[in-house]
Amino acid sequence: MPGNPYIFKIQRYSIHDGPGIRTTLFFQGCPLSCRWCHNPESQAMPEKAGSENMDGIALALMAIIEKDLIFYDDSGGGVTFSGGEPLCRPGLLFRLLGMCREKEIHTCLDTSGYGDTKILLKAAQKVDLILYDIKLFDKAAHEKYTGKTNGIVLENLKQLSRRKADIRLRFPLIPGMTDTDENIDRVIDFLRENTVYRDIHILPFHKAGERKYKLLNMKNDLKDIQEPSVAWVGTIKKRFEAFGFNVRIRG
Amino acid sequence: MNSRIKNLRNKTLQKQVTISHERAELVTSFYKTYVSMEESIPVQRALCLKYLLENKKIFIDDNELIVGERGPEPKAVPTYPEICLHSLEDLEILDSRPRVAYKVSKETKKIYKEKIIPFWKGRTIREKIFKAMEDQWIDSFNAGIFTEFQEQRSPGHTAGGELIYQKGFNDLKEDIRQCILNVDFFKDKDALEKYEVLKSLDIAADALIAFANRHADELEQLARGENDSERKKSIENMARVCRRVPANKPSNFHEALQYYWFLHVGIITELNPWDAYNPGRLDQNLYPFYKEDIEKGIITRKEAKELLCCFWIKFHNHPAPPKVGVTARESNTYVDFCLINLGGVTKDNQDGVNELTWLILDVIEDMRLLQPGSMIQVSKKNPDRFVKRALKIIATGFGQPSVFNTDAIVQEMLLHGKTVEDARKAGASGCVETGVFGKECYILTGYFNLPKILEIILNNGFDPETKKQIGLKTGEPENFKTFDDLFDAYKRQLEYFVDIKIKGSNIIEQINAKYMPVPLLSLVTEDCINNAEDYNMGGAKYNTSYIQGVGMGTITDCLSSLKYNVFDKRLVSMEKLLGAVKNNFKGSDTIRHCLEQAPKYGNDNDYADNILKIVFKVFHGAVTGRPNAKGGVYRINLLPTTCHVYFGEITGALPDGRKKGLPFSEGVSPVQGRDRCGPTAVLKSAAKIDHLKTGGTLLNQKFLPDLLKEEKGVQAIVNLIRSYFKMDGHHVQFNVVDEETLRDAQKSPENYRDLIVRVAGYSDYFVDLTLALQEEIILRTAHDMY
Repeated sequence: MPGNPYIFKIQRYSIHDGPGIRTTLFFQGCPLSCRWCHNPESQAMPEKAGSENMDGIALALMAIIEKDLIFYDDSGGGVTFSGGEPLCRPGLLFRLLGMCREKEIHTCLDTSGYGDTKILLKAAQKVDLILYDIKLFDKAAHEKYTGKTNGIVLENLKQLSRRKADIRLRFPLIPGMTDTDENIDRVIDFLRENTVYRDIHILPFHKAGERKYKLLNMKNDLKDIQEPSVAWVGTIKKRFEAFGFNVRIRG
Repeated sequence: MNSRIKNLRNKTLQKQVTISHERAELVTSFYKTYVSMEESIPVQRALCLKYLLENKKIFIDDNELIVGERGPEPKAVPTYPEICLHSLEDLEILDSRPRVAYKVSKETKKIYKEKIIPFWKGRTIREKIFKAMEDQWIDSFNAGIFTEFQEQRSPGHTAGGELIYQKGFNDLKEDIRQCILNVDFFKDKDALEKYEVLKSLDIAADALIAFANRHADELEQLARGENDSERKKSIENMARVCRRVPANKPSNFHEALQYYWFLHVGIITELNPWDAYNPGRLDQNLYPFYKEDIEKGIITRKEAKELLCCFWIKFHNHPAPPKVGVTARESNTYVDFCLINLGGVTKDNQDGVNELTWLILDVIEDMRLLQPGSMIQVSKKNPDRFVKRALKIIATGFGQPSVFNTDAIVQEMLLHGKTVEDARKAGASGCVETGVFGKECYILTGYFNLPKILEIILNNGFDPETKKQIGLKTGEPENFKTFDDLFDAYKRQLEYFVDIKIKGSNIIEQINAKYMPVPLLSLVTEDCINNAEDYNMGGAKYNTSYIQGVGMGTITDCLSSLKYNVFDKRLVSMEKLLGAVKNNFKGSDTIRHCLEQAPKYGNDNDYADNILKIVFKVFHGAVTGRPNAKGGVYRINLLPTTCHVYFGEITGALPDGRKKGLPFSEGVSPVQGRDRCGPTAVLKSAAKIDHLKTGGTLLNQKFLPDLLKEEKGVQAIVNLIRSYFKMDGHHVQFNVVDEETLRDAQKSPENYRDLIVRVAGYSDYFVDLTLALQEEIILRTAHDMY
């Protein structure tokens, strides 16, 4: 256990949160409550620690991050800040990003994009790669499935694109929610009209999080949804590719 | 796979394993009738081998291309009464046990009763050994402090080198002749002994040549009666091959394979060495023949593959010799631990992966047989795609090939005084044990029970299981004031038992040197000819005796728990802890829970891992460098085969919360299910052992199949391997299987006859394992998709 209220889990040997072998730090607290969230226990905002010794906390986390340096070096990996939403805890995030850069550890920020633009743009300067979720274009649908509207998310993406930040876009494929024709068309249109990004990673829904909802006694709205078939994922892939996107599944 | 291979493969898979009395009967009649007591023992042994090879039945299967069987037919396993005599009761157990049975016919039982047992009772090496052992040794052996490899099988454990690809037996006979001329009867007090050894080697050479010629005769006769012109041609060619090798140096790929195979059969007929025999660096040794044959158009890639498949089937035809007594009651394994090495570096230190390496990997994947075992040596010079190819075979869930670190092996060899050229010719055989192939006698002497030593000191030298004072009185444990006091007692007790073990092994080595020389094995192991000394006398260029430590993870967790709970945090008193342990934690759930909270090995946690380091240092210090009886030294390995189950059975509850009788951790793997931080943490923990100071360590990891389904998952495992090897890890292997499959296999074994899992340093059919071993494998942590 990380021993502080801001990081709820540390996962070594992460191979799907950016390039190579990575250590992923999951931040506690998220402004969104996506129905397909794999880490529902991370949604609640953390209670503040008694003493706000952020330097101490960051140092302790760095000691864990550095344990796997040899694996990062061999695999081209590093550390990923995920959540929850790391942008909610900029003090800790910036400290860690700064320390990683000093030690030449590759960093990824896994964000929903739902956060303060200034914080995001500052983080973009300190981080090597941003994993950015693009989910739903219909405002009402976005609010329905994630708890918040999508204005900030789209605006932030435009801002990042203007600065040519290194981004890996990720599209969670949730049957019946994000994979409607209309939504996919609008994702494609938006990216082509407003951004420089032409690479996208499709993350097909999988049921691994189901057990957690039970354990946490949380309502699981997706329990009746099936994992998308390989064929269907392939169809979606082709639609993106038809518009010149490079598509990867998972990743 | 063509129809020839398909048929031969099906046949060997379906064939029932039986005990053959052929060898026992021939050996008995040789000693009764033909042996001349005027001959020296080495010469007697050589003549015995010659008698066997001249009189045993020749078996040639329809459509096979490589010939030679140890028994009168495939999977008919001989016995070795001069080493270890099976009683009628043993034969009954072997015949009737549900797992790993060896069927014994009425006739065999009768012959055993009337001929074999009456003659050999009281004359076996096994009896000589037990008679020569002191009381302390017997008590320690009975208590399960250590086991003894040579009580049922002869010393061996070596792999063939390059010699046979450079010289025929006629060339070796010429070398022997020269050496005989050099024997100095004027100055050398051992001259006669040397002369007799050289004579025995010469006879052994003749014996195997005669065996090959008998096959040639038989094949020529078969050819005459064969109507199918294609098969006729092929039989005639086989006959030519058998006339040429082993008498002459092989001139092509087919001859090289057949030469090795005759030698293999000869060595496992001569005696029953641990672990059989082994072609070692097969891709390196055979590549020059393969390359030349392909270039000259003598053979096609397809034909070479077919020959290799036939070669593979030969190994599968030869299950391990059956054990006796208590050991036979446990289900054991048919695997005889031949481990084929692929890749690594060449003699001149270049990337050793060649065209033949890839072809052999295809053979391994297609054949999917338990025997021979296979491994890849991975040097930093080998390409990633080589490792990936092997991982794709591993991902099919069959535990082969296993993965070894060439750069570590080379350094291990150099540290132990081998020349750099020899170090590069080295490899791992058996499970993970290193040696210079063809030049080193590196025998395993027995497993050493590291956690049991702690049980003994917690009882002040008394063994609660056999109810005997077997160890030093190191003081009442309640009186240990610090962890250092306790650890000092552990060190003294361990050294005490290591002394007993080494003394016993030195005696056993001398018994084998005197009574059981092995002329054929000596003939092909350098420098036995030049030294005019038998393999068992120390004739090899290098001579190493290994003691294999078992339960590293368990002992680390136990000591970590004691340090944490009793001395550092003072959460439990020693008295209370001992009370709970004594009662197998009955009514002490709170204490047990407390004990389980201590830091555990396998999580990259220095508190626990530093304890691992000091245990290693003490064990290494007690063993390494001690002289053996062959002019070499003792060294350590960390591997268990299945001994972590046996040692667990005879050890009571332990301070890490482990209950009485449960298996220990295996190799240098963490205690089952206690590594909770993923594979990188396990590898980091394991790398804190100074692997280079060992002769091999064994680390097994379990991955769920999903993790190897995608390219990215495979690449990540390549990276894990590379990083572990950069940290000088010796070996790592992967079980790719999920719990549901294993549970289902327990319920319906008939549906999972072919489910193969990695046990320790070898793979076996899951349904053939004992229940305890099945459970142990299921309990190992499975690394999931992250």
